[in-house]
Amino acid sequence: MNARVSISPEPPTNGEPAAPLFAACPLPISDHKEIVLAHGSGGKLTHRLIEKLILPQFHNELLDPLHDGAVFSLNGADVAFSTDSFVVNPIFFPGGDIGKLAVHGTVNDLAMCGAKPLYLSAAFILEEGLAMEDFWRVVQSMRQAAEEAGVLLVTGDTKVVDHGKGDQIFINTSGVGVVRAGVRIHPARAAVGDQIIVSGPIAMHGIAIMSVREGLEFETEITSDTAPLSGLVEVMLNAAPDLHVLRDPTRGGVTSALSEIAEQAGVGIWLDESRIPISEEVKGACEMLGLDPLYVANEGKLLALVAPADAARVLAAMRVHPLGEGAAVIGEVVAEHPRMVTMRTHVGGTRVVDMLSGEQLPRIC
Amino acid sequence: MKYIDEYRSADLAAKLAAEIRRVVTRPWVLMEVCGGQTHTIVKYGIDYLLPREVELVHGPGCPVCVTSLEMIDKAHAIARRPDVIFCSFGDMLRVPGSDSDLLILKSRGADIRVVYSPIDCLKIARANPGKKVVFFAIGFETTAPANAMSVWQAREQGITNFSVLVSHVLVPPAMEAILQSPNNRVQGLIGPGHVCTVMGCEEYEPIAARYHVPIVVTGFEPLDLLHGVLMTVQQLEAGRAEVENQYPRVVKREGNVAAKDLMQRVFEVCDRKWRGVGNIPQSGYRLRPEFHAHDAERIFQVELIATQESSICISGLVLRGAKKPHDCPAFGKECTPEHPLGATMVSAEGACAAYYAYGRHLQARPATREPELARP
Repeated sequence: MNARVSISPEPPTNGEPAAPLFAACPLPISDHKEIVLAHGSGGKLTHRLIEKLILPQFHNELLDPLHDGAVFSLNGADVAFSTDSFVVNPIFFPGGDIGKLAVHGTVNDLAMCGAKPLYLSAAFILEEGLAMEDFWRVVQSMRQAAEEAGVLLVTGDTKVVDHGKGDQIFINTSGVGVVRAGVRIHPARAAVGDQIIVSGPIAMHGIAIMSVREGLEFETEITSDTAPLSGLVEVMLNAAPDLHVLRDPTRGGVTSALSEIAEQAGVGIWLDESRIPISEEVKGACEMLGLDPLYVANEGKLLALVAPADAARVLAAMRVHPLGEGAAVIGEVVAEHPRMVTMRTHVGGTRVVDMLSGEQLPRIC
Repeated sequence: MKYIDEYRSADLAAKLAAEIRRVVTRPWVLMEVCGGQTHTIVKYGIDYLLPREVELVHGPGCPVCVTSLEMIDKAHAIARRPDVIFCSFGDMLRVPGSDSDLLILKSRGADIRVVYSPIDCLKIARANPGKKVVFFAIGFETTAPANAMSVWQAREQGITNFSVLVSHVLVPPAMEAILQSPNNRVQGLIGPGHVCTVMGCEEYEPIAARYHVPIVVTGFEPLDLLHGVLMTVQQLEAGRAEVENQYPRVVKREGNVAAKDLMQRVFEVCDRKWRGVGNIPQSGYRLRPEFHAHDAERIFQVELIATQESSICISGLVLRGAKKPHDCPAFGKECTPEHPLGATMVSAEGACAAYYAYGRHLQARPATREPELARP
């Protein structure tokens, strides 16, 4: 289905009678009585939380597809609208900081709708005791990131909470952008035969954060890949305006993004492990930490599902852009095994690649 | 990656699989002992590369899975205390006790920390003199040396606020329990490479002779496992039952002498209850009396809580290699990693969890058609 509708003066309703204000919690008690960290991991628990608790309360044709943003028509223009919150710890990490991430995150969500990002809002929740110098660095970094991405920060908010009630600084950004005419990007458009392209080596952001948290040192420092992807998307759309699906594989990694697409489009996805680009350093860190890079977060990579006739052109265009130099075709949309992602492994075996229920936990041995 | 990629070569894997097909003449049942090996087999689809004559069943070697429910409940009782910083390896956090898991306790405010090494707990203990720092010392012989070292160093350095909750288990008694069982199907063993890195191969020689089973000490990369299977099948076809070492780049016959010496000084052998299996005599380690000052079980006087395993769960049979995860009616339905009913679904290295993570509840054996990707 298409998430595009025109906005009428009356807000659209879901056509059902208003629900009582305090209905019983729809998650079975056996699931979880409290929010646990795994509810924020981007895996199955996150999805269950959204699908059972949030979606039924608000459902409408813009929200229901659970895309990176909503696209709607306003006075004839197609507008994309998205929001994202940032709670990363540590707030400064190799390759970036929470401020840069907050700008890139929303810029990228808009870009994944095929939009040119234009305006951002920023809301800060600051913890009492945060060093002014650190806040200044974050704000400077956001300014620089916004300039680079060509967006204006046009509205915002600041709140301060007691010491111990926050983790230094939380940032929410929302943004709007315009979608150029003829572009129709949507997860449900994944079609059999589509080539799956990743824009470069995966799992860098998650491993950069993890190595700071765990105090790990490698011969070469692993830096976050955080970057604004709107420029890369623009050159891709110039090469082939009819891109089917774009997705930035942030938390939950490549696996969660592709599982969501397979589910939403009702298609199968097949991957070739040997084609998936991963740097030697990230591979080494994953081996050491017992993590699977397919589930590790990226902040400057995208996945594109492209008709076979367009694949070569899109890939060539990506490879001349600095953020797409390492782009590669890693798989294909198939008619077999609908709603499931499978992968030919390095040694020639096959396995299913499924979303994790919660966070990846380091293994004992 | 150097020294890793070499052991994941598709060409060599195909050659090893072809050689296994060439030497096998009749059906054989092999058990890989270690959970890490199960994980590799399912992750890379190695069993799908083997001829139908060779059946792999999965062994008891997932330390997280076999830690008894009573011990998990004791850990939870200690972790709940406001004066405690409870440290654990990561994959122990999701393991359900009778009514909770460590992640849930953490969400309710317990100070629970993931560490990569028990030695890190000593730093935490020094930095938090007002707190009692407890490490959940579980695992096979593989993790025992580092756990022993943490207790040894705590005593040497006079760190009095550090203790360990010990639930160590040993491979050879479990192996014998399986081979002695009346419904045993296992004819050859893929031995646990990392346990043998510490312990060496010698203690497996009497087992191979007594039960007339080949034991091939094997590594954890895909080619290691294919090579280990080949060596085991070669022995079975020739009627041999010897201990062989497929993993000499890491394992020496005598093991790690210094590590074994330290373990002897800190631990003594005791009876141990295994989750899903029951009590196995002389199958665990506990602290020697001279280290009781660092024994969390004694310090916190944790009461024994009566526990009850789920009645439909067949994890005991899975751990003994008598059943496969998908033989269980609850697998992937009532029993999932979010709501495990039993031992083998709780850790990434448990057979049920590995089958689930790599989608075997969704698809028994994958379709063979694979697209050829365009190379623009």
